[in-house]
Amino acid sequence: MTPHPAPVAGPILGRLSLDAIPLHEPILIGTFIAVALGGLAVIGLLTRFRLWGYLWSEWFTTVDHKRIGIMYMILGLVMFLRGFADAIMMRLQQAMAFGGSEGYLNAHHYDQIFTAHGVIMIFFVAMPFITGLMNYIVPLQIGARDVSFPFLNNFSFWMTTAGAVLTMVSLFIGEYAQTGWLAYPPLSGIAYSPNVGVDYYIWSLQIAGVGTTLSGINLIVTILKLRAPGMGLMKMPVFTWTSLCANILIVASFPVLTAVLALLGLDRYAGTNFFTNDFGGSPMMYVNLIWIWGHPEVYILILPLFGVFSEVTSTFSGKRLFGYTSMVYATVCITILSYVVWLHHFFTMGSGASVNSFFGITTMVISIPTGAKLFNWLFTMYRGRIRFDLPMMWTIAFMLTFVVGGMTGVLLAVPPADFVLHNSLFLVAHFHNVIIGGVLFGLFAAINFWWPKAFGFKLDVFWGKISFWCWVVGFWLAFMPLYILGLMGVTRRMRVFDDGSLQIFFMIAAFGAVVIGAGILAMLVQFAVSIWKRDQLRDETGDPWNGRTLEWATTSPPPDYNFAFTPVIHDLDAWHDMKERGHQRPVTGFRDIHMPSSTGAGVILSGLALVMGFALVWHIWWLVGASFLAIIGGAIMHTFNYKRDFHIPAATVAAMEDARTEQLTLLQSRHLAGGA
Amino acid sequence: MSTTHISPAAEGEPVRFYELEEHAHPEGHSTMLGFWIYLMSDCLIFAILFACYAVLGANYAAGPSPKDLFDLNLIAINTAMLLLSSLTYGFALIGLQQNRLRLVQIWLAVTGLFGAAFLGIELYEFSHLIHLEATPQRSAFLSAFFTLVGTHGLHVTFGIIWLVTLLVQLGRHGLIPANKRRVMCLSMFWHFLDVIWIGVFTFVYLMGALR
Repeated sequence: MTPHPAPVAGPILGRLSLDAIPLHEPILIGTFIAVALGGLAVIGLLTRFRLWGYLWSEWFTTVDHKRIGIMYMILGLVMFLRGFADAIMMRLQQAMAFGGSEGYLNAHHYDQIFTAHGVIMIFFVAMPFITGLMNYIVPLQIGARDVSFPFLNNFSFWMTTAGAVLTMVSLFIGEYAQTGWLAYPPLSGIAYSPNVGVDYYIWSLQIAGVGTTLSGINLIVTILKLRAPGMGLMKMPVFTWTSLCANILIVASFPVLTAVLALLGLDRYAGTNFFTNDFGGSPMMYVNLIWIWGHPEVYILILPLFGVFSEVTSTFSGKRLFGYTSMVYATVCITILSYVVWLHHFFTMGSGASVNSFFGITTMVISIPTGAKLFNWLFTMYRGRIRFDLPMMWTIAFMLTFVVGGMTGVLLAVPPADFVLHNSLFLVAHFHNVIIGGVLFGLFAAINFWWPKAFGFKLDVFWGKISFWCWVVGFWLAFMPLYILGLMGVTRRMRVFDDGSLQIFFMIAAFGAVVIGAGILAMLVQFAVSIWKRDQLRDETGDPWNGRTLEWATTSPPPDYNFAFTPVIHDLDAWHDMKERGHQRPVTGFRDIHMPSSTGAGVILSGLALVMGFALVWHIWWLVGASFLAIIGGAIMHTFNYKRDFHIPAATVAAMEDARTEQLTLLQSRHLAGGA
Repeated sequence: MSTTHISPAAEGEPVRFYELEEHAHPEGHSTMLGFWIYLMSDCLIFAILFACYAVLGANYAAGPSPKDLFDLNLIAINTAMLLLSSLTYGFALIGLQQNRLRLVQIWLAVTGLFGAAFLGIELYEFSHLIHLEATPQRSAFLSAFFTLVGTHGLHVTFGIIWLVTLLVQLGRHGLIPANKRRVMCLSMFWHFLDVIWIGVFTFVYLMGALR
């Protein structure tokens, strides 16, 4: 194959030139101005209040799993706003573009938007959210002081962030891929996508993928090695179990993504023929490989949230979880089964009836362990003393919504039905139904549930309920029309429509998206109001929901070392057991606590990776070489640092624990006074 | 540790809910497990490259086939270099167990030299193939071949960089626990690459010669 004539590239800036700035797109220029002004305002405020030093030493360089967890959540939230902006632009375009109208987005821009929406929502919203959640909660639930590899944790976070930043850069310099979120070749090959969009896609995912894989390894080892004494595998909280399985899936699937994107990159950069149409290449190989990663990925997203729902259901029903053992086995079954279903994403490829039947059946089988989980939650609620706080409301909304999504999934698992529904809006409605109804609702339950642990005060209920109802109603309004349209045969990723009778459905969907937008806004207001009223919402007990697992045994927010003395576990619901049997919190005899020290190496190495990614996108070869050497050199230099830990002196621990003792005594006397 | 046995409290005896002795986990106590898991993730990358070779390896696009290209004698020497380097790494580990720094350093250096020889032969083979116009761009077979073998070579290269770094660190600090751990990790990495190479040798070269 003759190599495609590349755009003229200079030695200094590669193919980067002023043409790369999308001056012809007023929407992008407006966004850029808004982002630039917002960014300048933030930088100005941080400088004005001299916060840079604080941010650098207490947050950016921290190896504390709790702070890294919070930073992941902030990254997810910021990227969520971007991903939602893409969503609402698509809904608006599709509601307008009827009867000869072209809408307001040209094809080039629209194609980038649907690609960016998918990529951002999966890689830079859902993944940071669940990784942040696991990072924060897992060490606390198993009674550990930190994760196994604290520096690696910081590095993973910054690599994920670097990937997100590279994706955002594509908005203002150059363009993003116009291929759909999985960038199938040959469309994503150099012949059909000669510009930088797909390269941005490849390198941002490669950089973030390094972070994800390493954080997966880190959490597996943490869970296997750092559990408190007495916590056998079958005494682990369900959230920790589902996290373990999700991280095993991460380690067992993200390398596949890394490899397949590297091969696509070789096709584009070196002119190899893995996925090309000619010289023996096979585009279908790419589709197979990427879904071998892609299907486990959706279980990586949902499994930790299944854990969240289990914790929430049992806490707010005031009961031990029904069928703990079956819950664990169901999780393990899903983990394994998620590897043998990937082909259901392309039944239409033509693998033949026997192959399609096999993958159709395995797909349907997955609904059995999932169904078992749902019944377990229902039986946990049965005869429980249910409290309808926000986390429980989200959980019930999940149960009702997710079941519908699951059933449409089983419909799609039937190969003949899939031949009709493949690539239609029915599919789009299905996976939004499970991802919004499962992953997002689960995250919102988790945020409302664990916020008081992280910050020491509860979230405002009024705005929380507004957000809840907007989200739930908005979701049904936005996606039920898509099911109907899909059944009528409307395919996904369309920019304009001819058949005017369809318009009303798209208008309802757009209205639903607006209602969801109100839900997001209400959630932001909820956060702001709660921070504003934090003194009224303060929780000093550290256990605002009458929790059952270890994270509720310590102060809110927990001290750097989490637990002054390592807890000993005798029961599945360890904290519940401790409360039942009247445990005595030790108030003397504190010792020095061994902790990992902060380091800037993660920020620096990831920053260099970002520069290298940018240089690779624009073919700035000297910068690629320089930043690559700097990464290798920096990593080697980091290994020469042997002093990576310090001790919190016993006196400091005693001071913090004494303050806690005083706080608890005060609460007790207030409680007694109230009782009298 | 989770393996600690907890005896149920006897009747009347208060249940122990906290570990009052501080038992700090020694630094790096779970590095080995973490590194194993990392190696398995790396193994998956090779699995994908092997899978690509299996699927695309016969797509010659009217270009050269393995029979036309591979010189088994050269590859035999190459394989010997890598296998010997694994053996000498084993000697370095014996030195490590006996706490003899000199021995560790010498055998590591020999290992590095064997590794470099392996790389040199591989580069010679590649340049020879490219000279024959059997380039990675020529056919899907050659794309898959160069990528699989090249990725392994890239790993060996990083192994050698790591090895040199480790020699400097051993020279500076001797056989402290952190350095011992690093020698063990590199050992796992090095033997892992050996195992991968056995796969490459069998699957690509030997079976290629049969085609």
